[in-house]
Parts: sequence; C-alpha cells; structure tokens
Amino acid sequence: MRILLDVLPVALRAMMPITLAAVGEILAEQAGVVNIGLEGIMTISAFLAGLGSWATGSPWLGLLAGLGCGALIGLLHGFIAVKLRGNQIVSGVGINLLGMGAVGFGAWVLWGAKAPMLDQRFWIPSFSVSGVSLSPFLLLTPALVALTWAILFRTALGLRLRAVGENPMAADVVGVKVEGLRIFAAVYGGALAGLAGAFLSLDWLHTISPTLPAGRGFIALANVVFSKLNPFLALLGGFLFGYFDALAIQLASVAGFGGAVPYQFMRMIPYLATLAVVSLAIGRARFPAALGQPYRRE
Amino acid sequence: MRAFLETFAALVLGILIGAAIMALWGRDPWTSYAALFQGAWGNTRALMSTVSRSLPLVLTGLTFAVGVRAGLFNIGAQGQMLLGAVVALSTGLLSLPMGLHLLVALVLAGLAGIIWALPVALLKLFRGVSEVISTIMLNWVAHWLTLFLVVRKLSDPMRGERTFQVPTTMRFPVIQGELTWSLVASLGLALFFYWFLWHHAKGFEIRAAGLNPKAAKASGIPVSRAILLALLLGGLSAAWAGAIQVLGRFPYAITSDLANLGNLGFDGIAVALIGRNHPLGVLAGAFFFGTLATGAARMGLRGIPIDMIQIVQGVIVVSMAVPEAFRLIRLRRKREEK
Repeated sequence: MRILLDVLPVALRAMMPITLAAVGEILAEQAGVVNIGLEGIMTISAFLAGLGSWATGSPWLGLLAGLGCGALIGLLHGFIAVKLRGNQIVSGVGINLLGMGAVGFGAWVLWGAKAPMLDQRFWIPSFSVSGVSLSPFLLLTPALVALTWAILFRTALGLRLRAVGENPMAADVVGVKVEGLRIFAAVYGGALAGLAGAFLSLDWLHTISPTLPAGRGFIALANVVFSKLNPFLALLGGFLFGYFDALAIQLASVAGFGGAVPYQFMRMIPYLATLAVVSLAIGRARFPAALGQPYRRE
Repeated sequence: MRAFLETFAALVLGILIGAAIMALWGRDPWTSYAALFQGAWGNTRALMSTVSRSLPLVLTGLTFAVGVRAGLFNIGAQGQMLLGAVVALSTGLLSLPMGLHLLVALVLAGLAGIIWALPVALLKLFRGVSEVISTIMLNWVAHWLTLFLVVRKLSDPMRGERTFQVPTTMRFPVIQGELTWSLVASLGLALFFYWFLWHHAKGFEIRAAGLNPKAAKASGIPVSRAILLALLLGGLSAAWAGAIQVLGRFPYAITSDLANLGNLGFDGIAVALIGRNHPLGVLAGAFFFGTLATGAARMGLRGIPIDMIQIVQGVIVVSMAVPEAFRLIRLRRKREEK
C-alpha cells in the first residue's frame, strides 16, 4: 500500500487544474453565469500556452497566453449569455466542440502531429524540496483560492456579484450594474480555466492534444457542486478528485498489481470516483436563484 | 420561418469561419468547399456514402433531441454509442442464422445503451446529480471499457489494426455502394420518435416535462417518469448508432483506435440543434453533417485535416445558443430608426 503515499506528489499536481477551473466557475456561478465549456477552454488554452512558450521561449509568457485565451473565451461566453441572452448550456457545449476541433487542427497545421510533446525548455520550472519536485502552482493556486473567497465574501464587489446571481431585478433596482458584473464574472471564470489549461501543458503533462484535459473540465464542474460554491471547499475537493486522478496515472504506470488489473480499468478510476463522490458524499448544493437565467429589464 | 432563418444563419456563420481559417492558412476556401460538396454529392457513389454516414448521426441526434424535449442536456450519446458498437460486435461470437443474428445484435446493443443510461437517470432523480456531469464521466468509463474489449478481447490476431469482422449472418445487406439497409433502423427509429413524441401520451408527458416541469407536475404529469423514459430512449438510440456503424459499414469491425466510431456521439449534439430537436429535423441535420464528413474525407486528400469540420461544428453550436440574436438586431434597428 506504499503506492497510496507515493501518489501524493502527483496528486499535488493533479489537483491544480480541477481546483483552478472550479474556483473560477464558482465566482461565475455566484453571479448567475454557468459555463459548462470549461473543458473546451482548458483544451484551447493548453494549446495556446504551449504555442506561446514555444514561440517566445518563455514559459511565463506562455502561461499568460493561456490565461488571456481563457479570459477571451469567457468574454465571448459572457457576451452570449448576458447581452444576447443566449442559452448558456448550448454555448458551453459549443465551446467544448470548438476546443477539440481547433486544437486538433492547429496542432496538425503547426507541428504535423495531433499530440506533439513539449520540449523541457518550454516547461514552467519546478522547485524541489528534499528531492520532491513541486510546482509553483502549489503557491499560486491557494493564493487564487483565497483571493476568490475574499472577493466573494469580504468585498462590496463580491456582495454585488452574489446579489446579481440571486436576484438580478432587486440588484438592478438599487443601481447595481447587472450586465457588467455578470460579464466580469464570466471573464474571471474563463481566465482561471485558461490558467488550468496552461498548467496542463506547461507544468504537468507537457504535451498538447485535442483531449488533453480528458474530462477534467467536467470533474471541475463536479467539484463546484461538491464545494457548494465555497472556494476553500473547492480546494479540498480539488485535492480529493486530483488524488484519484493521480492514483489512476500511478497505478496504470506500474502495470497495476503485476498486470492483474488491466491498464484500461485503472484509467476509469477518476471518473468512477467523481461519480461516487457527487452521488454519495454530499447533500444537495444550494445554487443562486437566478443561475443560468438571462436578465431582461422590464 | 424565423427558426429556419436562425438555423440557416448559424450554418452560414460556421461555414464562413471555416473559410476564414482556411484563407488565413493560405488555402483557397472556394476550391476546398467545392471539393467538399463535389466529394459528398458529386455522383451516385458519393451520395450513397453521404447518406450512409448520415445514418448513425440521425440516431445520436435523436438522443440529444429527446433529452432536450424532456428538459435535459444529455451528452452521454458518445459512451452509449461506443458500448452499442462493441456489444453488437461481440454478438458476432455467437453463431445464429442469417437475419435473426442481426436482430439479436440490435436488441443486445440497445439493451447495453439502456443499461448505460440508467445510472444517469437514477443519479438525477434520486441524488440530484446533473446529467451533464454523470454522462461525461460515464462516457470516459465507456471509452476505456470499449478500448479494453477491442484491444484485449476482440482483436483480430492476424490484423492488429482492428477487431475481427462480424460474420455475414449479422450484416445489413447492401443497397448500393456504401449504403446498406441500416437505413431502415435509422429512419425507422426517427419516425418512431416522431410518432411517440407527438402522437403518444407518454411522449406528450416528455414534452410537457421539458417545457415547464412545475406546470407539468402541478397538472399531474409524472415528470420523473418522463425524464427516465427520455434518457433510456436516448440510450437505445445512441447504442444503435454504434451498432449500425459496425453492422452496416465497412470494415464491419472496430478499429483499434476506435477511429471508425469517432465522435459520432458528440456530433449528435450539433445534429439535433440544427434539427431544432425535432425527430424529422434531425434527419436534415444528420444529412448536413454527413455531407461534411464525407466531403471532409475528400478534403483530407487535399491536405486539410478532418478537425476543420469539428471547428465548423463548434461555431454552429455556439451560434445556435443565441436564438434571440435576430430579434435583438431588429429591435436595435427599430431604435435607430426612431
């Protein structure tokens, strides 16, 4: 059972994308915008971050490219959801399809391969503590979790965001700018999902592919439900979901108990664990009353 | 009429953005699209291929459409399609007489799809788990399960790149070229869905539950049952999409990378949206994407990757999210006129 401990360093990486994307989505959902296109944002951002790092030689600029790409897609989604009063779920599904297509196409055009590997020069540098290689995201992610929590629950901006998600008409009546705040929330959510995508290609998996997030965008959505829209609980949830993700990777690489359990079954672990956690461990989350509904001024 | 115009606008936007990307990349969009439509509609053989490729898309389109009718976003067609395919293939291990064999394969595949959809319904109804999350998780489990069966259990020892081929006793007979009588399974199920949703009491319950669950519940309609039924019917339909791809199309097997099953499940989402989630509209949507898929194979020969089609598809779906765009433009124009 040593493997359960050996998994820990991997789990500390696997938790990052699931936490970051979930925390951004929490802020968006608190303001009433739901984006199930996190998977697609992560896919495209992972690609653009890799491309940025490859083109400029600086992984940090690559990271910024991923963040910016996520923010832009968030802006598009926010515009559709808020200004055009479109269907947020359909838009999110479209973003996911777009992600798969754009990255498959882009990687093929640029490198002639669907899943090119990134050279070590283009990675985000890790630091090492007593021989264990750790990611700078180990500091960045909790900081963003705390920041998001502070914005939501300790600032006037957060109060307004939550008011807009709960009762946009009442917020509008007292002079809160409903549309602007909701678009800001969608951009914030997109930016963090973009950061999660950049992490995947630059810091962890070091490759680019149309299915790079492999469902982690949706696991992040499960984490949002698990967290009951509290960023700190999403950090905990991120570790929990990330642990199973890491376990699958680790078990698959050691040929699972001497080959007794096939590799393909190991790879099912994170998805089954996510299903189990969302169905067993939790009661129902309470979501903002106006979640997913466009606001129209009477 | 307005619905038709909106859909048309979304299609045009998708095609235009596709053209823009090709132009940016230094390819001539006109000749590329000409090649695409030539490849899809240019002669009888091409047309048969296009219809043949549309058939499974009809079925996965129905899955998403019947879900939306019940107020659900069922994106589980991909996993159910994979399982339907692998179960239909496995039926080839039995030996049964001609015709009956095919029927048994379809029944078993359908059952597999229904069984795979059941947890989605149960989790939603009893634990409040969103079907968006549960279907995606089950898609990935189905992906790895199918891959395990295809690579480890059903592969052809002589041919590493695919499984064994299903025996002729369970293949759909050929009509002409690539087109086989899987046509009947696909169109038949579409007609059944139409009849069921618009001419049957239980189908009416599904639509009522989707339009306004509170009002439906208040007027005594069993909303939970409607949701269960919509998800199970969707599972059946998606599984058949995989089954007919194996039983009604060359190579009558599953390739080891699952490439001949591709993204049939996810493609169904765009098909259904273009078809306005109406079983007969789905036929048109499937033909449109069947055209793109067949034509893309031809474009692929000219060095344009098939992912191009997925970009077009994504743009179309995103634009279909905005049903009010037209109304807004008209409003703005009115305001400006004042």
